[in-house]
Amino acid sequence: MNINDILSVENLTMRFGGIVAVNDLSFTAERGKITALIGPNGAGKTTVFNCITGFYKPTSGTIRLRNGDDEWRLEKLNDFRISKIAKVARTFQNIRLFPGMTALENLMVAQHNTLMRASGFTFLGLFGVPSYRAAEKAAIDLARYWLDQIDLLERADDAAGNLPYGDQRRLEIARAMCTEPALLCLDEPAAGLNARESAALNELLLKIRADHGTSILLIEHDMSVVMEISDHINVLDYGVQIADGTPQEIRDNPKVIAAYLGADEEEAIAVMEGET
Amino acid sequence: MAANASQAKTARGPDAAFILKKAVISALVALVLFSLMIGIRTEAGSDGQLTWWTRFGDLAAMVAVVFGGSIVMELLRRWWGPVDTVRVVPPSAQKVFSFAGRALVPALLIFTFLVPVIFYDERYILDLGILVLTYVMLGWGLNVVVGLAGLLDLGYVAFYAVGAYSYALLATNFGLSFWICLPLAGILAAFFGVLLGFPVLRLRGDYLAIVTLAFGEIIRLVIINWQTLTGGPNGVSGIPRPTMFGIPLTPGDDGLAALLGIEFSPTHRIVFLFYLILALALLTNWVTIRLRRLPIGRAWEALREDEVACRALGINTTTTKLTAFATGAMFGGFAGAFFATRQGFISPESFTFHESALVLAIVVLGGMGSQLGVALAALAMIGGFELFRGLEQFRMLVFGGAMVLLMIWRPRGLIGHRAPTVFLERNTVISSDLVKEGHG
Amino acid sequence: MDYFAQQLINGLVLGSIYGLIAIGYTMVYGIVGMINFAHGDIFMIGGFIALITFLILVSIGLTAVPVILLLVLLVSMAITSLYGWTIERIAYRPLRHSFRLAPMLSAIGMSFVLTNFSQVAQGARVKPVPPIITGGYTLHEGADGFAVRLSNIQIIVVITTIVLLALFTWLVARTRLGRDMRACEQDQTMASLLGVDVDRTISMTFVIGAALAAVAGMMYLLYYGLVDFFMGFVAGIKAFTAAVLGGIGSLPGAMLGGLLIGLIETLWAAYFSTEYKDVAAFSILIVVLIFLPTGLLGRPEVEKV
Repeated sequence: MNINDILSVENLTMRFGGIVAVNDLSFTAERGKITALIGPNGAGKTTVFNCITGFYKPTSGTIRLRNGDDEWRLEKLNDFRISKIAKVARTFQNIRLFPGMTALENLMVAQHNTLMRASGFTFLGLFGVPSYRAAEKAAIDLARYWLDQIDLLERADDAAGNLPYGDQRRLEIARAMCTEPALLCLDEPAAGLNARESAALNELLLKIRADHGTSILLIEHDMSVVMEISDHINVLDYGVQIADGTPQEIRDNPKVIAAYLGADEEEAIAVMEGET
Repeated sequence: MAANASQAKTARGPDAAFILKKAVISALVALVLFSLMIGIRTEAGSDGQLTWWTRFGDLAAMVAVVFGGSIVMELLRRWWGPVDTVRVVPPSAQKVFSFAGRALVPALLIFTFLVPVIFYDERYILDLGILVLTYVMLGWGLNVVVGLAGLLDLGYVAFYAVGAYSYALLATNFGLSFWICLPLAGILAAFFGVLLGFPVLRLRGDYLAIVTLAFGEIIRLVIINWQTLTGGPNGVSGIPRPTMFGIPLTPGDDGLAALLGIEFSPTHRIVFLFYLILALALLTNWVTIRLRRLPIGRAWEALREDEVACRALGINTTTTKLTAFATGAMFGGFAGAFFATRQGFISPESFTFHESALVLAIVVLGGMGSQLGVALAALAMIGGFELFRGLEQFRMLVFGGAMVLLMIWRPRGLIGHRAPTVFLERNTVISSDLVKEGHG
Repeated sequence: MDYFAQQLINGLVLGSIYGLIAIGYTMVYGIVGMINFAHGDIFMIGGFIALITFLILVSIGLTAVPVILLLVLLVSMAITSLYGWTIERIAYRPLRHSFRLAPMLSAIGMSFVLTNFSQVAQGARVKPVPPIITGGYTLHEGADGFAVRLSNIQIIVVITTIVLLALFTWLVARTRLGRDMRACEQDQTMASLLGVDVDRTISMTFVIGAALAAVAGMMYLLYYGLVDFFMGFVAGIKAFTAAVLGGIGSLPGAMLGGLLIGLIETLWAAYFSTEYKDVAAFSILIVVLIFLPTGLLGRPEVEKV
C-alpha cells in the first residue's frame, strides 16, 4: 500500500450464489483526492461500495484503509464501526435521509458518537450537565456550518422529507460530512440533478476536498461531474477493472469506449464528452 | 342558490336508492352471518347433553339493527366527508387551535393535580383516575419502544407482570419496602427487556410482532406454572400497601393520620396512591422528553426512520435497540410494582394479551410518539371502557368494535404530527405523513 | 418405541389442524402484508357453526354419518367464508394503504369482537358433542400391552388435510384466481394495471383462508369433541407461530410449520410436562428465528442499500 493512498482494495471478490458481482478487483484511492468508479449499469460499482462500507462481507480479498498512523482492515470491521472507528462515511444511490426529522436533526444524528460520549452515555446528559450543553452547542454549530455550505440554512427546521430532491442529495452529503470522515463514499450523487444542480454539486465536492482534505470515492454516471472533478478514474465492467487513469487517459481509452456502450462508438464518445 | 338546491335534489334521488341497496345487502349478509350464531342458541345441559333452541326474534332484531346502522353510517359518512382527505383549516382557526393546544397541557396537568381535591368524596372517580394514570404511564413507557424507536412490541404486558411480581415476591418473602422494591422492579423489568431484545435484534416487521407476543405469553405461562414461586393461578396475596416513606397509611398510632393529628380515613390511602402514580407517570414523561433531546433519543427516532442510514452513520443499532427495549420495560416495571401495591393481590389473569393490545392501542391512537396524544388516548380508552361497566358481557365487544372504528377514523392517531427535538429558528411541527413507522 | 409412534401420530393430527389455520395467515400475509389477528377467531366461529349445523341435522332425523359430515362441512365453510369476507370489507379494506400498524390494531379489535360476539351469542360454557366418528385400527400391540392406535377420526383429519392441500396447491398454481393472487402478491399496482381485480382477489384470499379455517374448526370439533369461545386465541397464536416458523408467505412452509408445532407440543407434553408445552412451542419459535430470521422455507430477505 502506497503511503499516499487512503484506501487500497486488493483482489476483492463478491459472489451472490452463482453470480460473481465483483471479480478479483484491485484499485486504490489517493489521500486528499477525488477518485471515481465508473462503468455501465450492473458493473458491480455499488457492490464494491457496499463491501467498503460493511453492508456486505466480501467473499474474498482485503480492503485497507489508512488514516494517519492507523490502518484498518475494513472487511473485518462490523458495519457501524467502519463509520465510527475507520471514519468512512457514505451516501446512498436512493437517498436515505431521515424524512420525518428536520434537516438539522439529520445532521445532529450524524454526530451521535461524539454527542454520546459528551452526554456520559446519556446519564450525565439526562441532568443537563454544562459540558454536555457545550458539546451540543458545538454540534449545532457544526450542523449550521454544513447547512450553510449546502445553502440550506434557511430550511434547517424543515422536515428532510419535504425538501426538493436536489436539496436532499446535498443534505445527505452534509450529513455524511458531519461524521467528520477521512473517506467520503458517494453513490451517484448527481443522479436526478439538473445541470445547474450538478454544477453546484461539483463546487461542493471540490470545496470539501480543498477545505477539509477529505478523500472522496465517487460512483457516478454523469460524465460532466466525473470528468470535471475526478483526479483519478477506475472503470469497471462485469465486476472487473478494465482501465484506470486520469480523466484524459480514460477519455482516450478505446477499451473504455467500446465497453461503455457496447460497440456503438459514436454514442460512447458522446457520453465521454459529457454531452448526454 | 336555487340551482344548487335543485342539483342537490337530483343528486339525492339515486343516492337514496344506493343507500337503500347497500343497507339491504348489509342486512342480507348479516342474516347469513347471524343465522346460526344468533338464530340458534346451544347450551350444555346438566347431563352433559347439548340442547338447542331458536331465537328468531333476536335474529330479526340484529338484522334490523344492521339495516338501520348501515343507513346511518352511510349518511354520516356523506355528512362527515371522506376520512383521509386533508381538510384545509383557515389560518385564523389554526391560531386558535395552536393556542388551545398550548393551553391544553397546563390545564390538563392542573386539573389532574386537583382531582383528589375536587373529588375527595368520590371514591369511584379517584379509583378511575388511578386506573387512567396507570395506563397513561404504561402508554408512555411503550411509546419509547413503539413510537420513538419504531419497534413493534406485542408483549409489553410481560414487563408489567415482571414489575408486579418482583415487588409482590420481594415484599412478601423478604419484607422489603415499596421504596426499595420500586427501583428493583424497574431494573428487573429492564433486564427482561434486554433479554427480549437480544433474540429480536435481527427480526423485523411481523416476525418481531409474533416473537414479542410469544415472549409475553411465555412469561404469563411461566407465572401460571411455576407454582412454588408465584403461587400459580392463585396469584400472590397480602402484598404490603405502600408507606409514605416509612409512615404507614393505617389507622394505628404510628399511622400518618395519627402523626398529623387528623382523623383517619381510608381515602387518605387512595389520594396517596393517586399522587404516587401521578408522580411516576410524570417521571416517565420527564425522562422521555429529556431522552428525546439526547443523542440516544435521536438515535431511536433515526432508527425508526431508516436503520441502514443509522449504521452508515456509525450508530450501534444493537445497543440502540436494546436501550429502547430496556427503557420501555423499566417504565412498565415501575407501573407493575405500583399495580401490585395498589391491588394488594395479583394473579396471572391481570397480565393477558388483552393488556398488551390495550396499551398498544393507546400508543397508536395517541399518535405514535406524541406524549399528549398518548395521555388523551389513555383517558379516552379507559374512560370509554368504564362507561360500559354495567354491560359486563358486552364490554369487550364494544371495546373491540371501538378499536376497529377508531383505526378507520384516525389511522395515524389523535395527534398526528411530530415535534422536532432541536431547532435553529422556527419550532415547526412535522406532518405525520413524513414520519416513518419503523420496521416493527 | 410404541409410545413414541403413538405420540407421533397424535402430533401429526394436531399439526394438520394447525397447518390448515396457518395457511390462512400465510395467504393473507403474502397478499396484503398484514397479520390477520382475527383469523384464530374465524377458526373458532367455524367450529361453532359446524356444531350448530350438526345439532340441527341430527335433530331433523338425519342418521347417515357421511351425509351429515358433508353437509356440516359445506355449511360451515360457506358461512365462515362470509365471516372472512365481511371482516376484510369492514375492518381491513378501508385501511389498506394506511399506516401499517392501523390494520394490525383493527385486526386485534376484530378478534376481540368475534371472541366476545360468540361469548354473548352462545354463552361462555364449553360445548361438548358426543363422539360422531368412532372406531379405529390397532397398528401394533406391544408386549407390555401398550397398543399403537390410529382412530378413524385421525385418518379423516389427515386425509382431509392432504386433499385440501392438493386442491389448494392446484388452485394457486393452475387457476386464473391463483395467478391473480400471485400477481397481487408481487405488485398490486402493476397487477391492477394489467387488469387484475385487486379488491376481488384480496376478498377471495380472505374467503379461502376462512374456508380452510372452518375446516380446521370442524376437525377440531370432531377430534376433541368440544368448542368454546376462547379456543381461537391460543389456536390462532400457535397457527401463526407455525406460519412464521415455516416462513411466512410460503404455503408449504405453513403446513410444515403446523406439523412441527403439533409435534413439538405433543412430544413435549408426552415426555416432559404438559404445563410447559406452549412455552416449548414458543421458545422453539424464538430459537428458530434467531438462526433463520425468515423461517424454515421463507425467502431470505436481501437487504438492498
